[in-house]
Amino acid sequence: MREIHASAVVDGVKKLCMEANYSIEADVLRAFDRALVAERSPAGKHVLQILKDNAELARTKKIPYCQDTGTVICFVELGQDVHVTGGGLADAINEGVRQGYTEGYLRASIVRSPFDRVNTGDNTPAVLHLEVVPGVAMKIQVIAKGGGCENRSKYKMLTPAEGVDGVKEWILECIKTAGPDACPPLIAGVGVGGNFEKAALLSKKALFRELGTPNPDPFVDAIEKDVLDRANRLGIGPQGYGGDTTAFGIHILTYPCHITSLPVAVTIECHAHRHKEVTL
Amino acid sequence: MALDGFKEVRPPLSDADVESLKAGDRVRITGVLYTARDAAHGRLLPLMDAGKPLPIDVRGQIIYYTGPSPARPGHVVGSIGPTTGGRMDKFTPKLLALGLKGTIGKGVRSQPVKDALRKHKGVYFGAIGGAGAVLSAFVKKLEVVAYEDLGTEAIRRLEVEGFPAIVVNDCHGGDLYQDGMKQYARE
Repeated sequence: MREIHASAVVDGVKKLCMEANYSIEADVLRAFDRALVAERSPAGKHVLQILKDNAELARTKKIPYCQDTGTVICFVELGQDVHVTGGGLADAINEGVRQGYTEGYLRASIVRSPFDRVNTGDNTPAVLHLEVVPGVAMKIQVIAKGGGCENRSKYKMLTPAEGVDGVKEWILECIKTAGPDACPPLIAGVGVGGNFEKAALLSKKALFRELGTPNPDPFVDAIEKDVLDRANRLGIGPQGYGGDTTAFGIHILTYPCHITSLPVAVTIECHAHRHKEVTL
Repeated sequence: MALDGFKEVRPPLSDADVESLKAGDRVRITGVLYTARDAAHGRLLPLMDAGKPLPIDVRGQIIYYTGPSPARPGHVVGSIGPTTGGRMDKFTPKLLALGLKGTIGKGVRSQPVKDALRKHKGVYFGAIGGAGAVLSAFVKKLEVVAYEDLGTEAIRRLEVEGFPAIVVNDCHGGDLYQDGMKQYARE
């Protein structure tokens, strides 16, 4: 049994929230560079260059990359031989969010109720997903998820007969309907299989894979590459001004499912793909 | 037109100013912008429906759909990029009828908004979504003018210098998103 004090969780989450919003990860910056080479549209190139400049300014001046500093989505892999001391784990995560957003001059974007819509003032609570795994470590992954792109995320229950082609068409449909609204170039996190809630969860988790790396499953990788190629033929382009760079990546995770079902959830993520992780 | 190919836009705008703008034109805006997004529009709507005065005079003005992040000490504003314009579609035709001339956001507008842009001579500009840090440099002054309790969603009066944007929907039916997609789509 290993003890981890709640204060370590608070400090870890606080740092992740701030760094996620100031420092865009290298995989996203490399995606900008690849797109700048491939993009034919002058307006699209211009947008990509400004977004690169924006990333540099955000990092050096500690101004958030995007004013929508997001909902904090927190995936925790908790080793089963870890004992959290000095307070509750969920409380510690929310305290980290509170401190990170308040001290880091990040925007408070969360309302306490979807109906009365009063802002909580400190961007809490986070959306927390906890998984217990073997071992003595605690891995905390954070995404600061923008609202504009999240609004374009969708779910569909396909029939088994619709198969691979049906899945591909649905992902493309989601990218097409997201269009300029969701701040392309987009990343599509896709959960296929499981059931209603499992597919949605996988679609979020899929976003953590490094952009530009292949899916470890060659069959799924071929699906991703085909959908990405077709997405980038839609013509939507950076910001929807027309161009070849509509999506940076399609990331699919799968899970076994019932003989009746082919669940597909698509999380739409914008180019402000703010993800960080730490292992305590 | 400036040498760099940008058109200068200085609110308040007249019908003629709006008519000179075409979808795809790059512009630099200098002067006053008002910020308003979902919650502020939600408060303006009952006032408009009751024929009561609004907290800002919208005639000739431009509304920027944004909720900025807080300013660090010594800064005018934090990050300040556009939010999705389509969420304001319900309100925009009424504001255009009252004399609003422009809105700045990102994303597709509804057909009723596009029709209202034609009818009332209005324009919808796109700013680059997610470029909030870059865009903050163009904001020279900021004050909250209404609904301070809404926090980031309060109505703010900004003074901007050379704020970069692009005409997405003009008052002639032009649509940059449709044109751009047609030009680059490959089947």
